[in-house]
Amino acid sequence: METAFIIEKFILVTAVFAISLLIAMYSTYAERKVAAFLQDRVGPNRAGPFGLLQPLADGAKMFFKEEIIPAQASKILFIVGPSLAMLTACMGSAVIPWGQDLEIAGKKISLQVTDINVGLLYIFGVVSLGVFGVMIGGWASNNKYSLMGAIRAASQNISYEIAMGLSIIALLMVTGTLSMKEIAAQQSGFHWNIFYQPLGFLIFLICAFAETNRTPFDLPECETELIGGYHTEYSSMKLGFYLFAEYINMFVSSAVMATLYFGGYNFPFMNDLGFSANVITIIGTVGLFIKIICFIFFFMWVRWTIPRFRYDQLMNLGWKVLIPLAIANIVLTGVVLSLT
Amino acid sequence: MESLTNRKKVLEQKPMNFIERLYLPAIVKGMAITFKHMFKKKETIHYPEKTREFSINYRGMHSLKRDEQGRERCTACGLCALSCPAEAISMIAAERKEDEMHLYREEKYAAVYEINMLRCIFCGLCEEACPKEAIYLDGNIVPADYLRRNFIYGKDKLVEPTLT
Repeated sequence: METAFIIEKFILVTAVFAISLLIAMYSTYAERKVAAFLQDRVGPNRAGPFGLLQPLADGAKMFFKEEIIPAQASKILFIVGPSLAMLTACMGSAVIPWGQDLEIAGKKISLQVTDINVGLLYIFGVVSLGVFGVMIGGWASNNKYSLMGAIRAASQNISYEIAMGLSIIALLMVTGTLSMKEIAAQQSGFHWNIFYQPLGFLIFLICAFAETNRTPFDLPECETELIGGYHTEYSSMKLGFYLFAEYINMFVSSAVMATLYFGGYNFPFMNDLGFSANVITIIGTVGLFIKIICFIFFFMWVRWTIPRFRYDQLMNLGWKVLIPLAIANIVLTGVVLSLT
Repeated sequence: MESLTNRKKVLEQKPMNFIERLYLPAIVKGMAITFKHMFKKKETIHYPEKTREFSINYRGMHSLKRDEQGRERCTACGLCALSCPAEAISMIAAERKEDEMHLYREEKYAAVYEINMLRCIFCGLCEEACPKEAIYLDGNIVPADYLRRNFIYGKDKLVEPTLT
């Protein structure tokens, strides 16, 4: 029994890891295609049919680039930075329920790596660890631009985490649980949390953009002011890790948003279709991935539409708008909950 | 002062109202615009497979023309070199021998004819100056090269190939 459990979880962890890497890989391709399509271009189309091998070519290029560590850089931290960024990016997906339980030969197999009862807090912990990768890397580079990028990343993530946490509190008041599995299960059918927490979702969405360092909040790597921000001094696969971690973060935060607000693996009329439980589970998992891909597209769509915030605007939005709004949302939710 | 053209517009800077300060309507509007572009015609020309059409009066690389019997038209009068504002053209004239009647149309011809493609500005004044209709800028784009000396094009590159 014990070994069966370990094998089952090992397969699941490997699958989740592989899928998140695959999706992140093709996100880089999708990013370029989406950018091209929004700008009336065609995008990469030389490597393979429709340029589908482009991510592989990019990866190979990254591996063959020269590895440069600046002479004055702190060598260990310089290597720890990108590794930490990658590690924390991959860790977040552990508590996301990818579907209902599958039943194979009378045995229930959970499609969630682990259902800890503080799953949401775990994700928050991992997300706030993510900033360390950026901070350590930027600081260890011993470069003014990198340091500026690192400082910006730190202050931005700290300010937006507060608003994000506050927006989640309102969600917790509605759901009454921190477990990702229960939150997903409560939204069965079409009872998605977005209908109960539209304002909370908006705040969470904006904060997710800031936490993943995506435009319009990509000040840590602002090219026009800071060359490359925290990864100015990085080259080869270490740079690749930083860039790749951003796409994995995007995937994980899309998955979290889909699970928390858009029903996760639930889809409308799932209980009226009359299919067997396993079929429903598979359709639900596919549905979850469609939701995630929609969110990733949304991330890219926003990137190629909205210009970058100025630093003071960023702080104004975070502290003067989002935090009061999130608190108002909590109060509103409390009033509505006590009345009904 | 009254503007003469009447095209001047004075923009009034009003303070933004509440809806505008939310920014969200403006963001939604902007995203609708970018989304529309997803379905527009792509402007890209797939270069190695397709090339862009030149306009009919495009001026490309020079070619020294031959007449109907395949003889070189150039008589080495030097008017093209004289008209050239960039001083790109130089030539050495020679006299036609008895047995060269089928090669050159006039009694005098250009033994050496060189155009420095780095100097040339493709203005087309040589074409206009030529009394013998011997030079035309009807070629393609001058290709790139690594060495400066390779940009001095001699008769081997400039003269039209014979028809036969």
